[in-house]
Amino acid sequence: MEKAIPDKRKKKLSKDQLTAMAFLLPSIIFVIVFVYGFISWTGYISLSNYNTIVPDYSFAGLKNYLYLFNDFRFQADLRNTLFFTILFIGAVILLGLALSILLDQKLKGESIFRNIFLFPMALSFIVTGVVWQWLLHPSTGFNKFLNLFGIQPKWYTDTTILAGFKWGSIEFGLPVAIIAVVIAAVWQMTGFSLAMYLAGLRGIGDELREAARMDGATEFQVYMKIILPQLMPITMSVVIIMAHISLKIFDLIYAMTGSGANFVTDVPGLYMFETTFRGNYYANGAAIAIIMLLLVAVFIVPYLWSSRKGEN
Amino acid sequence: MASIRIGSIIKYTLLIIVSLFFLTPIYVIVMTSLKPLSEVSIDQMWALPTALDFSSYKVAFDSLAPNLLNSFYLVIPATLLSALFGAMNGYVLSKWKFRGSDALFTFILFGMFIPYQSILIPLIQFLRTIELYNTIPGLVLVHVVYGLPITTLMFRNFYASIPDELIESAQIDGANFLGIFRHIIIPLSIIGFVVVAIWQFTNIWNEFLFAVTITTGSKQPVMVALQNLSGSQIVQWNVQMAGALLAALPTLLVYIFLGKYFVRGLLAGSVKG
Repeated sequence: MEKAIPDKRKKKLSKDQLTAMAFLLPSIIFVIVFVYGFISWTGYISLSNYNTIVPDYSFAGLKNYLYLFNDFRFQADLRNTLFFTILFIGAVILLGLALSILLDQKLKGESIFRNIFLFPMALSFIVTGVVWQWLLHPSTGFNKFLNLFGIQPKWYTDTTILAGFKWGSIEFGLPVAIIAVVIAAVWQMTGFSLAMYLAGLRGIGDELREAARMDGATEFQVYMKIILPQLMPITMSVVIIMAHISLKIFDLIYAMTGSGANFVTDVPGLYMFETTFRGNYYANGAAIAIIMLLLVAVFIVPYLWSSRKGEN
Repeated sequence: MASIRIGSIIKYTLLIIVSLFFLTPIYVIVMTSLKPLSEVSIDQMWALPTALDFSSYKVAFDSLAPNLLNSFYLVIPATLLSALFGAMNGYVLSKWKFRGSDALFTFILFGMFIPYQSILIPLIQFLRTIELYNTIPGLVLVHVVYGLPITTLMFRNFYASIPDELIESAQIDGANFLGIFRHIIIPLSIIGFVVVAIWQFTNIWNEFLFAVTITTGSKQPVMVALQNLSGSQIVQWNVQMAGALLAALPTLLVYIFLGKYFVRGLLAGSVKG
């Protein structure tokens, strides 16, 4: 597994090896305390009665979790997160892939286009939220264009649920308002998948494509049969990274829409923030945080596991 | 020939349409921020200003200036410390591997993906205990600690490209752990430092959740102040847009002048450990 150290150096190295470990020690202690220790403490709070300003660590069992799963707002959060994640990841991948293939065509001005698609990555979600809040303002913004075609969307103020049916206490289906938030998030994050795919495309040698073309494959077939399969590992990475962004999203929605009427744009990150720091319901907030962590871990742990195995 | 030309016309048309979509927010920010108050209305948001008026920048700057300073006080030490820790860790985990060091690396890397909500309540309790709550040094500590996974990952990947033979020959010449780091690794990793520094600068500057929960009032970094600016009803859109541009300017400038390293950081942060 580890790189074997030749025997003759082993003895001589030991002092340096100890120094190396000593240098790692502060970071390990930080990670143990600030990551694993604090997560455990949050887990403990989530099982307590600490729903007041005064700390109360008495054991409450799963009360806070049961409360959440029966809670209208939290059910809406899970619904919104599901649809946000699917639409957001789908759009970021499709748009990023399409743009990277276009940019890979050796066109003039490629770097200008690339810079245009990438610059939103340098901005914060707060700036994005502030700007898109205005661009998608119901009585203006993009509606000026869309009105020409007789469409008058209400964007993030829309409370309609598409294809809805009753589930728990909420209407389950796609909240139209979520689409507005997805547009802003896609605007910001497409540069990421574009950069990843572009690096991937540059890594695929021209020989392979040439060989396929020689065999009479059309350009479309070259992409479908040769290039896309080679880009699968990149797609996996993009999905994982976008999923973890979307499951914990907070600032964009906080800046752009807030929770929305009937919580149509609410997400767990926002609920956790408001219930903990505005309402002083620490145990409930901790329970939301633990659920968020579990949702992310479902994606991340297998990913970390497999990439470690792959490396070894 | 004709089909090739039609093909590239279609490609350019598609690229230009998507570019316009990507540039729209910039157009609206700049135009709105340059308008006098009388022209700032939702009906006229797409119109060019009839006269240039920089007063909204003055208003936005006056209210954001203290927070901009806070952000610089935060981001400079946090970025430098982050890069230093990351370099040390990456050096050990790539060139001084020991039994279990790969597992340890994964153990550290996990911290990169956790939602920070899951550590936020204990973190605030801890910062209150050590009296760093609502202070810039408190935020620096937080960003250095939670930056450890990503900076370690980036330096570890960067150092993997430095040949082991270089280390071995230095050892034969009698150089020790620190000597090799100072005289061989650091000079070879200037670009690594630039990439990591740009990445951390951008992330810390743009971060919001820690900033809004750990600081209040006069200690807040600029993103929180910007959000407060747009949250209030009195302030006009032109001031908000000017404020958004001011708050975004440092990272935009980094992107414009050091874009190559910015993208490298983007990719380095996503490549599997």
